[in-house]
Amino acid sequence: MTYRASNDPPHGTVGAPRVEAARAKLTACNVDVFYGEKHAIKDVSLDIGRNEVTALIGPSGCGKSTFMRCLNRMNDIIDICRVTGTITLDGEDIYDPKIDVVHLRARVGMVFQKPNPFPKSIFENVAYGPRIHGLASGKAGLEEIVLTSLKRAGLLEEVKDRLHAPGTSLSGGQQQRLCIARAIAVSPQVILMDEPCSALDPIATARIEELIDELQHNFTIVIVTHSMQQAARVSQRTAFFHLGELIECGMTEQIFTNPLHRLTQGYLTGRFG
Amino acid sequence: MTDTKTSSLVPSAVYDRLRRRRAAERRFRFYGLAAVGLALMMLVFLFVSIVRQGYSAFTEHVITLTVALDPAVIDPEGRRNSQSLSSADYQRLVRESLAALFPDVTERAERRLLFGLLSSGASHRLRDVVMREPARIGTTVVIETPLDDDADRFLKGLVSPDVPESERRIKDRQIVWLKALHAGGGIHNRFNTTLFTAGDSREPELAGILGAVVGSFYLMLTTVVLSFPIGVAAAVYLEEFAPRNRFTDLIEVNINNLAAVPSVVFGLLGLAIFLDFFGLPRSASLVGGLVLSLIILPTIIIAARAALKAVPPSIREAALGVGASKMQSILHHVLPLAVPGIMTGTIIGMAHALGESAPLLVIGMVAFIVDVPVTPLDPTTVLPVQIYLWADSAERAFVERTAAAIMVLLIFLIAMNALAVIIRKKFERQW
Ligand SMILES: Nc1ncnc2c1ncn2[C@@H]1O[C@H](COP(=O)(O)OP(=O)(O)OP(=O)(O)O)[C@@H](O)[C@H]1O
Ligand SMILES: [Mg+2]
Repeated sequence: MTYRASNDPPHGTVGAPRVEAARAKLTACNVDVFYGEKHAIKDVSLDIGRNEVTALIGPSGCGKSTFMRCLNRMNDIIDICRVTGTITLDGEDIYDPKIDVVHLRARVGMVFQKPNPFPKSIFENVAYGPRIHGLASGKAGLEEIVLTSLKRAGLLEEVKDRLHAPGTSLSGGQQQRLCIARAIAVSPQVILMDEPCSALDPIATARIEELIDELQHNFTIVIVTHSMQQAARVSQRTAFFHLGELIECGMTEQIFTNPLHRLTQGYLTGRFG
Repeated sequence: MTDTKTSSLVPSAVYDRLRRRRAAERRFRFYGLAAVGLALMMLVFLFVSIVRQGYSAFTEHVITLTVALDPAVIDPEGRRNSQSLSSADYQRLVRESLAALFPDVTERAERRLLFGLLSSGASHRLRDVVMREPARIGTTVVIETPLDDDADRFLKGLVSPDVPESERRIKDRQIVWLKALHAGGGIHNRFNTTLFTAGDSREPELAGILGAVVGSFYLMLTTVVLSFPIGVAAAVYLEEFAPRNRFTDLIEVNINNLAAVPSVVFGLLGLAIFLDFFGLPRSASLVGGLVLSLIILPTIIIAARAALKAVPPSIREAALGVGASKMQSILHHVLPLAVPGIMTGTIIGMAHALGESAPLLVIGMVAFIVDVPVTPLDPTTVLPVQIYLWADSAERAFVERTAAAIMVLLIFLIAMNALAVIIRKKFERQW
């Protein structure tokens, strides 16, 4: 297998899928993903900039979630899924057999498209990650982490009297924020968010967006969203996927005001998707 | 439209379809109810017939005898050591004390009939008293001892006096004596403790199920200790770790096949491996447990795999997503959620094993064993085999005891199944 040097413009993608090498946190080179026979991601090359928010947009089924799941090797657990190409985190190939996947996933956290709290208490949900990674010193330290994580996810006010109620007893939107709290509790370097606001009301959505703004100072964030306004509000860079291909990538402002590709134009003006 | 039921709002075609659908629903409900009713009826029939046959076995008639402990009979040489005491002729003493109640019975044949009312266990009971307190030799003791099973059955009203004497085991003379004893308060009916405290015996009035219950307990213990960890480990491996390929498909098919193999075949396998090859003791509950483990392993593996499969993949993803290793995600999240399903499958498998008899017969657990086993290596019998043995006995009194043993077995089974339901409910309610 041959890889192009990371500065070559990948064919098929217009705009600027690359950032300066120093600013790139994650770099994907010629990534292809297959679910059995199905070619779900086609030769995608894309950089994720450090401490910025990258939005992945595109019609349903175009492969946004699939691409995102490659970034922390979540696709490994799908038997039929096969990934080729290279993805590096801080210059380190994450598909290298020597890499410890567990450690990788502690560095690249994920919030899933469907809220999936553990069937345990709210406290346990958030405490689980720090506990298995030994991040907290003692009981008080763990509690501290849990409370700050819940606070940052904008959930603390609602649940502070019932931290020991089951996480599954929360509403859908609260569960999603619980999952965000769970993800940030392990202090990852990158947070992947797959439509984190799809089940939220506008107020909770605004709170999550504030959270994202705040988090980007310390974290690198990739967010999949179906809301163009949201992508425009929270992200610095935007990547547009279509049928498994990365069609266009660039600064968010430029994509939304002056898209280069006619498919991007069509999608943003609501002509399809 | 002539149909008065058709409202003007509903076109008749729609109305017809609606009516047909409702009729189909009613019919379907009726089929269901009929099926449930039929099943319940069979169950009630089964229970009623067993209880009717077996309830009388829970009581027994005992006779109170005043026995003079004549030193000349017990210990003519006056040595008073345990050997001479244990081999003394207690039967004579017991018989004499009964004969004393009927001084006019002197003829040999009549005396034999009279003594036939007593259980052969009476002399053992007297011996136990003397061995415990040798100081009482020379005095008189009062003992309660079971009647012979035929006398007991007569007093329970299970023998009709209308049957010609030659066709009954209890004779007219004996009936007269029994009535006299009963009227005089020498005989009374009490709870049959023998049934729960004794091992097997040739004499129905001395036979109990304790040996079988203890044997079954050891059998279950061996089975669960072996099959639960092996079954769960196999299921976890197959479900979570094994690669999906032709080889694992083959294993899967074979496990499903094993679950359907007749249990006798496992008995033959056990005979060849555990007894002939490894030379383990015959009739031991350990061997039975080994064989039953083989039989219920597929059941446990299938149930555990189904339970693991039912855990939503999103839970695994959530655990892996915060950086848990595969092992951690299974131990901390997947297995706890699968516990109710695994436990239910295991208990149902165990209940199945408890009622299993065919493979045990094949490995020779049909021996007549009087002693209650102390360890899993002792020869023993188990409840279903005990039932089989008693059902095969000629004595009529074993019929009621068979039914009683079946009741005990059913109670164990019901208790185990109830436990399965409780465990499932408890774990489900938690979240
Ligand atoms: N586990 C899987 N097995 C087989 N095919 C899959 C699997 N997951 C996704 N796919 C296929 O891969 C393609 C991309 O799916 P993906 O979930 O990445 O889409 P998406 O862009 O996230 O869509 P949405 O916006 O609806 O979430 C789809 O055509 C989908 O059918
Ligand atoms: Mg998706």
